[in-house]
Amino acid sequence: MPRPSAGMVTRVAIAVAIVALLPLVVPSFLVFDLIYVAAYAIAILGLIILTGMNGQISLGHGAFMALGGYVVAVLAHRAGVPFWIGVPLAAIGSGIAGLLIGLVALRLAGVYLALATFSLAVATPSFLKHYKSITGGFDGLPLDPVQAPSWIPLDGQHWLYYVAWTVAGVLFLASALLVRGQFGRALRALRDNPIAAVSFGVNPYFYKTLAFGWSAVLAGVAGGFLAIPTAYVSPDTFTSALSITLLIGAVLGGISTFWGALVGGIVVEFLPLVAQQINAAAPSVVYGVALILVMMFLPDGIVGGVLRVTLRFRRPPPQPALESSTQPAAPIAVSPQPRE
Amino acid sequence: MTSPVRKAAIGIFAAAFALAVTGSTIAPVSAADPGVSDTEIVLGGTHPYSGPASAYGNIGKGIAAYFSYVNDKGGVNGRKIKYIDKDDGYSPPQAVQLVHQMVEQDHVFAIFDTLGTAVNTALRPYLNQQGVPHMFVATGASTWGKDANKFPWTIGWQPDYQAEAILYSQDILQNHPKAKIAVLYQNDDYGEDYNAGLKRGLGKHYDMVVKSVSYETSDPSVGSQIATLKASGADTFMIFATPKFAIQAMVLAAQQSWHPTIYLNNVSNAIPYMQAAAKAGGPSAVNGVITTIYLKDPANHARYAGDAGMKLYNEIMTKYLPNADKDDGNYIYGVSIAYTMCDVLRQAGKDLTRKKVMDIASHLNEKDNPWAYPGVSIRTSPSFRYPITQMIAAKWLGTDWSPTGILVDTRSMSMAEK
Amino acid sequence: MHDLAQQIVSGLAQGSIFASLALALVLIYRAMGIINFAQGELAMFTTYIAWQLVQMGLPLWLAFALTVLIAFAGGVLLERIVIRPVERANQLTVVIVSLGLFIAFNGLAGWFWGYIVKAFPTPFPTTPLQVGGVAFSAQDVGVIVVSVITLGLISLFFQKTKLGLAMRAAALYPDQSRVLGIRVGWMLALGWGLASAVGAISGIMIAPVVFLDPNMMQSVIVYAFAAAVLGGIESPVGAVVGGLVLGVVINLLGTYVDWIGNELRLAAALAIIVVVLVVRPAGLFGRVTVQRV
Repeated sequence: MPRPSAGMVTRVAIAVAIVALLPLVVPSFLVFDLIYVAAYAIAILGLIILTGMNGQISLGHGAFMALGGYVVAVLAHRAGVPFWIGVPLAAIGSGIAGLLIGLVALRLAGVYLALATFSLAVATPSFLKHYKSITGGFDGLPLDPVQAPSWIPLDGQHWLYYVAWTVAGVLFLASALLVRGQFGRALRALRDNPIAAVSFGVNPYFYKTLAFGWSAVLAGVAGGFLAIPTAYVSPDTFTSALSITLLIGAVLGGISTFWGALVGGIVVEFLPLVAQQINAAAPSVVYGVALILVMMFLPDGIVGGVLRVTLRFRRPPPQPALESSTQPAAPIAVSPQPRE
Repeated sequence: MTSPVRKAAIGIFAAAFALAVTGSTIAPVSAADPGVSDTEIVLGGTHPYSGPASAYGNIGKGIAAYFSYVNDKGGVNGRKIKYIDKDDGYSPPQAVQLVHQMVEQDHVFAIFDTLGTAVNTALRPYLNQQGVPHMFVATGASTWGKDANKFPWTIGWQPDYQAEAILYSQDILQNHPKAKIAVLYQNDDYGEDYNAGLKRGLGKHYDMVVKSVSYETSDPSVGSQIATLKASGADTFMIFATPKFAIQAMVLAAQQSWHPTIYLNNVSNAIPYMQAAAKAGGPSAVNGVITTIYLKDPANHARYAGDAGMKLYNEIMTKYLPNADKDDGNYIYGVSIAYTMCDVLRQAGKDLTRKKVMDIASHLNEKDNPWAYPGVSIRTSPSFRYPITQMIAAKWLGTDWSPTGILVDTRSMSMAEK
Repeated sequence: MHDLAQQIVSGLAQGSIFASLALALVLIYRAMGIINFAQGELAMFTTYIAWQLVQMGLPLWLAFALTVLIAFAGGVLLERIVIRPVERANQLTVVIVSLGLFIAFNGLAGWFWGYIVKAFPTPFPTTPLQVGGVAFSAQDVGVIVVSVITLGLISLFFQKTKLGLAMRAAALYPDQSRVLGIRVGWMLALGWGLASAVGAISGIMIAPVVFLDPNMMQSVIVYAFAAAVLGGIESPVGAVVGGLVLGVVINLLGTYVDWIGNELRLAAALAIIVVVLVVRPAGLFGRVTVQRV
């Protein structure tokens, strides 16, 4: 397994330091918001692996977040299960669901997969409302606010911040280890040229399903970290808008690298607020237009744009250059071709 | 330590130091309660300005317009109101984050008129724990009054849905004792509250309900539900639905040649909606529909032509929201509820504290709200925290709502008495 | 029995709504191979334009015609300005751009016209009709008729006119078409224009039934996707048939199957999408191609 470059270590060290020190310098409500950034970043990381590296477009990851969030909430509310047990259970539950859905997704590609996963996202609130004896239906489930353990001198919010970001760090590291080497190459190969990949012996069923499963694990954990600071879950928390927002965050952040997940998390959390400042009357218009403009001028997202700019001032990095994300692929005759 | 790493470390600590020095949190300006200074009161709230419930965003705009009006007249006891209103997209996590920010950074004095049952359920524990007034929430769920002991900092405003349903039940028991009732309700806490009220109001006569059918807000049209209800043979129809679906229900019933006595919840009774239904379904779709009213309808130009309150409303709208559609009942709701808020602030006087404000809010006796329906007053007591309980039944006769009977006080019917 | 007949008729009525929007979705797919998530919002926006024209005093038929033209022009412009720069990019970018359009147009409509629900005039008489004890409105029949006529016109256009043939060629074989002198870029723009025009027709037909508000199409579009997939995402005929079938099936499932009830109607429609996509992606009327892996 190749060793990480000195540059990578530096960047990660800086990131860790910033995360660790930030609560000391920013106001406390911002610390609260940053918990959500961690949650979104984790979920978006799943999309970066699934969609960015493996080319499977998912507009349904909000459903896995819902599953994770509700597992944590139901266990806590109905069985008194503490969060530190609930979240791993949520991860497992979501992972299994992800594997199952990944199996179904094997038959779909491109916009068809997008449509199918979107259906999942749209249906999620209906299911949550329907099984009201478990989920509490539309009333939702309240959760206890988080308290730090007595031997730690932090308030609940700061404690949750560090827990969330530590979990994020662990998951980022685990994901990096997962996609180093063969696994990552297989994912990318299946994205770029599936027929060639298969003829080289790459088993598409295994890798594609696993990619789905792992991304669902991440989304499940993220769902838990969405539910816990809010101290409440309801079907309204997990609408289809959430799934769309996650994919938007991934693409805006930069779907080719893990850093894109961090940037994406920040964007998802703070962009709506910025849009409100620009035009309080119609924040959606600003948001939608911004989205289109970014896609036109920064198709590799913000991270991609930054890298392109800085690439002029740096030696090319030893690893292969940035690949752009999913290639066009549709299972039926008409496939878009490059224009003049 | 290698050179680049050391440089990075120095850079970080420098940045942290700089941030610590320059990054400021606004300190509360008075030692008493946050959000109050000699010149200013800071109020915060969230509304859905994006997403499916965006129509209700206009309530926030109405509130802002009224506060601007009050500020231009010198404010409340010499203090101007600073109103922070953000978009929560009807999403509880977003609302929670925004409100945290308002409490912890903007140091608001109180949170006012946050909208939606899910949103307010999520906000309530935090605000009560922090001792921040959670005032006049924009939802008719009965829990704000019912759970007032557990959550003393939270108070509602509009008539609760159960009370409204109980009023309809009384009307049916009195005037149509042999009715066969069909119910269409929205499948969420809002619809469920109405159902609960209907159950309580009909009591042992609940078997008069022959068919009860729900719809989802994701349904394009309720045609199938209407067909099912019609097939039940009912002659009375309760519509517990938000405007779009209520209009559809009335129109489709007429189109399917079903003409029951219709009871329409007051959330959907604004005149433009009735006109829309009449246009699409013909006069038979809307004639005779019964509802309750507790506010003046700004679209009823004829009835309120000489009314001082409406005159004021039009002036405020023209001056502060010139491009708005004045007929939109959400604006009237906004100015009315803002009036109550200012009333409470005024009564608290120069010495403004959160505790005092909640105390006044629990002892309200506001009789002069310019936009409450004539005779409706806004009253609370510590053991009964449902501010508006009076409504009058009204019947649609061609072009507008004709009040029938007398103003009913559903006070005795509300949860607190149990 | 009479009750069942009424439910079927209601289902057809609702299905016709799905069908008319599904037509627009299919047209975009045929022209460009993308699924346009913004189609519903564009249709809604153009319907508001029609509403505004009527408010300004135009008779309905004139407003209708003008709106269709405006929608066509708008679609062409959108393609040239917004889609063209990202056409070359991968599917993901196009999906995001269409989502951006969705969000922007929804916000625009709310900003310009507000959120209060409005009635939209219908060219059909409002008196209810009854056949054999089953009630329906002229509007319901009208939507089906208009959809079928639109379908017919579109099919004629694609099969029998040179321009239609050129558009089909440009979508399927862009490079070869260019060699033959077909201006592929403009064909795509035309495809968008056509889809927007059909969307406008759809919106104007739907609005009298579901009533006009900025979020009017959001409940329809999911069912429209299901209809398009069911019928075959490349087949205009499939869109119409799929829509009608879907409307009836969903209604009957919702009314008579207790565990689905009303709550899971939408979920049932979505399950249909998934099942069709997995089992027979070509839908009822599409061509079947095989691409393994």
